[in-house]
Amino acid sequence: MNTASKDKTLASLADFHDEAPLVTGNLKFHDITELVSSHTEKKTPLAWYGAFSLALVGLMLLLIMIAYLFWNGTGVWGLNNPVGWGYAIVNFVFWVGIGHAGTLISAILFLFRQQWRTAINRSAEAMTIFAVICALVFPTIHVGRVWAIYWTLPLPNQMGMWPQFKSPLLWDVFAVSTYFTVSLVFWYVGLVPDIATLRDRATTKLRRMVTGVLAMGWTGANRHWRNYEKAYLLLAALATPLVLSVHSVVSFDFAVSVVPGWHTTIFPPYFVAGAIFSGFAMVVTLLVIARKIYGVENIITVDHLEKMNIVILLTGTMVGFAYITEFFVAWYSGVQYEQYAFTNRMFGPYAWAYWTMMSCNLFFPQFFWFKKLRRNITFMFIISIFVNIGMWFERFVITVTSLHRDYLPSSWDYYTPTFVDVLTFVGTFGLFFTFFLLFLRFLPIVAVSEVKGVMPEADPHFYDHEGDGHDAAHAVNVNAGQKQ
Amino acid sequence: MLNQLATEVKASMSIYDAQEDEVYGLLAEFAHPGELLHAAAAVREAGYKHYDTHSPFPIHGMDKAMGLGNSIIGWITLVGGITGLSLATLMQWWMGAQSYPIGISGKPFFSIEPSIPIMFELTVLLAALLTVGGMFALNGLPRPYNPLFFSKNFLRVTDDAFFLHIAASDRRFDMSSTEAFLKGLGASHVETIHDREEEDGV
Repeated sequence: MNTASKDKTLASLADFHDEAPLVTGNLKFHDITELVSSHTEKKTPLAWYGAFSLALVGLMLLLIMIAYLFWNGTGVWGLNNPVGWGYAIVNFVFWVGIGHAGTLISAILFLFRQQWRTAINRSAEAMTIFAVICALVFPTIHVGRVWAIYWTLPLPNQMGMWPQFKSPLLWDVFAVSTYFTVSLVFWYVGLVPDIATLRDRATTKLRRMVTGVLAMGWTGANRHWRNYEKAYLLLAALATPLVLSVHSVVSFDFAVSVVPGWHTTIFPPYFVAGAIFSGFAMVVTLLVIARKIYGVENIITVDHLEKMNIVILLTGTMVGFAYITEFFVAWYSGVQYEQYAFTNRMFGPYAWAYWTMMSCNLFFPQFFWFKKLRRNITFMFIISIFVNIGMWFERFVITVTSLHRDYLPSSWDYYTPTFVDVLTFVGTFGLFFTFFLLFLRFLPIVAVSEVKGVMPEADPHFYDHEGDGHDAAHAVNVNAGQKQ
Repeated sequence: MLNQLATEVKASMSIYDAQEDEVYGLLAEFAHPGELLHAAAAVREAGYKHYDTHSPFPIHGMDKAMGLGNSIIGWITLVGGITGLSLATLMQWWMGAQSYPIGISGKPFFSIEPSIPIMFELTVLLAALLTVGGMFALNGLPRPYNPLFFSKNFLRVTDDAFFLHIAASDRRFDMSSTEAFLKGLGASHVETIHDREEEDGV
């Protein structure tokens, strides 16, 4: 592969499949297994305990804030009369959006045969699941009477009542819970062969029992791979429209209303692009750190990060384009209230939030036009943080600026979050990192079997290039990895 | 007849019956995916039916080499999707228009447009769950006990080793000639797998 791509013959140039190797550092199959699995088997590093304690503090904070909220009611939040939807919906949309990158990487890039996804899909999918858990916290605690939250489900009850299926909020319940369930099973299916790897390497009885149960007796049989691969493809095909539908349904929460600033048909695609944008930024933030700590820079290479930065550039520009389109439509509609809502966004009391959003989402990602900058680890890390902030502010701007100036000036007000709002949001990061650190500690963070499958050595025809069917040079290479 | 069918279904899941002398099959190791692919094609041509290859990742072209057709899992997905769609439609119609009709802004109690999101979500949900469930069922998983696990060498199957297993339940199986045949295909190591013996303290 290496030598073939260096020869600039016409044939090698014409072969568009022949891209730069996905795994660098001349690693063998066994090296990949070793590199990824050893991190789950070694003694827990002290730094992990440090990070985990910090995450647990955040989680405790979340639980305390939720308890405080339940005891006192939603009055402890900064909600006021025109702004009846504040941090809870902002944070909900923020976390659901982050989740979308994981599904995009695992499903959509799979359907497009983007083999570079194999290095990052496992951690991105884990991020999806944990982000959706964080998201689900908010609608649950936001209902006020939390003990009645199960009314959103179509469960038979003594009142003879059923949920109202014409409400976008109920669509949300179905969309997000379906999204969570499908993401979880998709993730688990991908994990089975890798948990089998951990099982076969297990040295203690406890590890063998736990991984043995989770791996379900996987033996890598081809009769199993046949159904497995087909099922994986079908799951990807199901998850692709699903991920697009989830944020569309989330956007219906706003778009189906008649509030100026919300009532717009551009919302579904604009929300989906924003979700992918924020999610990729979060993946970059997390992986820049994780690949360093885990020493898997040869598997999650700068090329992978660069590709993600290109997606950030693309979707960031799409989101910026949507911001501008909204203004155009408000002006073109000729509706006074629409026009006011958008002028107020840009120059009103929340102008600071608006310009934070604009600069973080539209302006900063434009630096990624430069190849040097999008391959610079420190730089991309800083930009990804900006994007995370910017996308949170996008939801804040949409929610709060549209509400705080009602049709009647007498009911205008300014929304300020209370400490409970802020600390609850901070606490969800604790929840997220508690799960994410447990994942980093106990599960293979890279899809081992998938990475092996995209290496050139995995192609059975890799070995018959020399014409005799037994390529001595390559055979030595592969055997070298097997000696233990 | 029914027993025969059960044996064949189990064989499609890579589950085989051991012989009376507890011999389960022969496990041959090959150096790389290329050799395994050629060996699988040769084993098939020799007329064996109860055999399988084991590898750390799916090998491109192996289904064809082993003469396996397309997986039927797609039909299970279809059944799941249709069930989900019907369920969502029926549920929204019955709950919203029959059991508990409630007037909201003069909208009809049931109409297609506002029902689409939930129809779509339940279609995907049931299709996905049935796909996963169906995949494990077709593979005969979970299967905690497998005689192949007695082989210490086989532990490397999820790492970097490539195996071909011919089950003793195959009609053409013969201890000595099958072993010679596998060695002739270039197997670096052939080992006999016994069923129901004590695990020798790993």
